[in-house]
Amino acid sequence: MAFTPETSVDASPAVFELKAAAFTLPLIRLLGTDTDAVAEQLRAKVEQAPDFFRNTPVVIDLSGLPPHTGDIQFPLLVGLLRGYGMIPIGVRGGDASQNEAAEAMDLAILGDAYVRKPMPAAAKSPSKQGSEGIQDAAGHGRADAPRPVSDFPSKLVVHPVRSGQRVYAAGGDLSVVGPVSSGAELMADDNIHIYGPLRGRALAGMKGNHNARIFCQDLDAELVSVAGHYRISESIPTALKGVPVQIFLDQDVLRIEKL
Amino acid sequence: MARIIVITSGKGGVGKTTTSASLAMGLAQRGNRTAVVDFDIGLRNLDLIMGCERRVVYDFVNVINDEANLNQALIRDRRCDSLFVLPASQTRDKQALTKESVGKVLEELSQAFDYIVCDSPAGIEHGATMAMYYADDAIVVTNPEVSSVRDSDRMLGILSSKSRRAETDVEPIREYLLLSRYSAERVANGEMLSVEDVQEILSLDLLGVIPESRSVLNASNAGVPVILDAESDAGQAYGDMVARYLGEQLPHRFLGVRKKGFFSRIFRG
Repeated sequence: MAFTPETSVDASPAVFELKAAAFTLPLIRLLGTDTDAVAEQLRAKVEQAPDFFRNTPVVIDLSGLPPHTGDIQFPLLVGLLRGYGMIPIGVRGGDASQNEAAEAMDLAILGDAYVRKPMPAAAKSPSKQGSEGIQDAAGHGRADAPRPVSDFPSKLVVHPVRSGQRVYAAGGDLSVVGPVSSGAELMADDNIHIYGPLRGRALAGMKGNHNARIFCQDLDAELVSVAGHYRISESIPTALKGVPVQIFLDQDVLRIEKL
Repeated sequence: MARIIVITSGKGGVGKTTTSASLAMGLAQRGNRTAVVDFDIGLRNLDLIMGCERRVVYDFVNVINDEANLNQALIRDRRCDSLFVLPASQTRDKQALTKESVGKVLEELSQAFDYIVCDSPAGIEHGATMAMYYADDAIVVTNPEVSSVRDSDRMLGILSSKSRRAETDVEPIREYLLLSRYSAERVANGEMLSVEDVQEILSLDLLGVIPESRSVLNASNAGVPVILDAESDAGQAYGDMVARYLGEQLPHRFLGVRKKGFFSRIFRG
C-alpha cells in the first residue's frame, strides 16, 4: 500500500501527492448473522455513547463468524449502521461470496492478511511457506485476538527462528530474542533487532525505508539488506563477524559498524 | 493418556530407528507399557532392528484401512513383556497415512500404553509430518556435521508450526537434542562439530550423546536394540538417555578422547 512520491518529478508543479496513511478505525466484529439480534445489541451500545458513533467510519469484520455461515444481509446491516450515524466503509475477513455481496453495497474489501481465524489451519492454507511463516511470526497465545495491523505493527519473537522459517513485521520493527539460524529469514518494514546470533538473512526497510537499520549482537549472517541494498556473507569483513553491530544505509551505501 | 514421542531428524542415516528401538526398550524395561510405531511406510526397518521381522503379519496400514485390528498388528517383544512393535508396511503407499487415520490409531494406542514412540522417516515430506503431528515430545537426532545440524534446525521449525500442539495453540512440543555417531577423536582433530557447537546452533536441551560405536551396527545386524548391550559405550549412553528423558540428572559421558589401554597400545602400535 505504499506509494513512493519520489517518482513524481515533473516539469509542471504537482497539484497532488499520492501518499499512504494508516488510520485506526472502529471494527464491528460480527459473531452471528442474526440481523435482529445485531440491531438489538447495537442499539444498547449506541445509547451508552451516541456521540461516539456519529459520523464515524467503521469496518465490518467477518472473520469472527463460523465458517460457511453463508450470506450476510448487507443492505439491512449497512442501513442499520447508517441509521445510527456510522459510515460503514468496508469489510474484511469475509469469504468470496460475502465479499461479492459487500462490493455490491459499495463497501471496500480490506486486506485480511493479518486476520487469523481460530479454526483448524488445514481448512484453508494459502501457500506452504506462507502459512508456516505467518504462524511462526504470530507466536503462541495470539490466536484468540486478531487485531488490525495498524494497532501494533511491531513484532516480537521470543523463540529461536529456525532454518526455513520466515518472519515478517509488516509496517514496523521486528525484534527477535533468540538465535536466527542459517536458512531463516527475517523481514521488516522498519528496523530489525536481534538479541542473539544472526546466522540467517535479515532484510530491513522492505518497502524502501532508507532509514531502517539492523541491530544484532553477534553477526554471522548469510545476507543483510536495508531497503534493497544488500551484502552477502562473503563480502562482510571477518573483523565484523561475531561482534555486536549495526547495519544502515549511508548515502545509499550499506555500512556495517561495530556497536 | 500416553505420552507420544517422535524420533525425528530431517536427514537420513543419523540413527532415528536405532534411537527409537533403544528408547522404547529402555522405557519398557522400566515397567512402562510402551509401543513403538514405524512410520517409514515402504522402507520399514524398525522390525529388523527390533528383531521381529519374521513375526510381522499385519502392519500399520492394515490397521488404518480396517483390514486388521491393533491387537492383531502389534507384536509383543520376546525380551520385554511391556514392549510392543507396530511395524510399517513394506508394500503400501505412504499416502495411506492421513491426519485422521493416524490420529485414530494413536488415540486407540493411548488407551493401552504409557508411551508411544514414533519412528519418523527421513525428510520433511508426508510421512515425517504425519509422525510428528500428534507428538507431545520430540527427540531430534543429529550427527555432529553441518548438513545434519541444518536439517535438524529445519525440522525444529516444522515441529513448532505444523504439529497439532502448534495448530491448537496449546503448550508446544518439548524438544530434545540427541547427538549420535559422536567421535571424540574426530572432534579433537577438528573434523567434526563439538557438542558445544551443535548446542549453540540448535539451542536445545541435550538429552544425550551417543558415541560412534561398532556395537550399534552389530546390534542392528543381530536384531537387538543396542541399549541391551550394557557392555558397550553406545548401549550405556542410550541407558543414560532414557534416564534423562524420565527426569534423572546424569552427567554426559563419552565426550572425551579415550586413552588407549596398555594392551591396545602394544597390539595396535
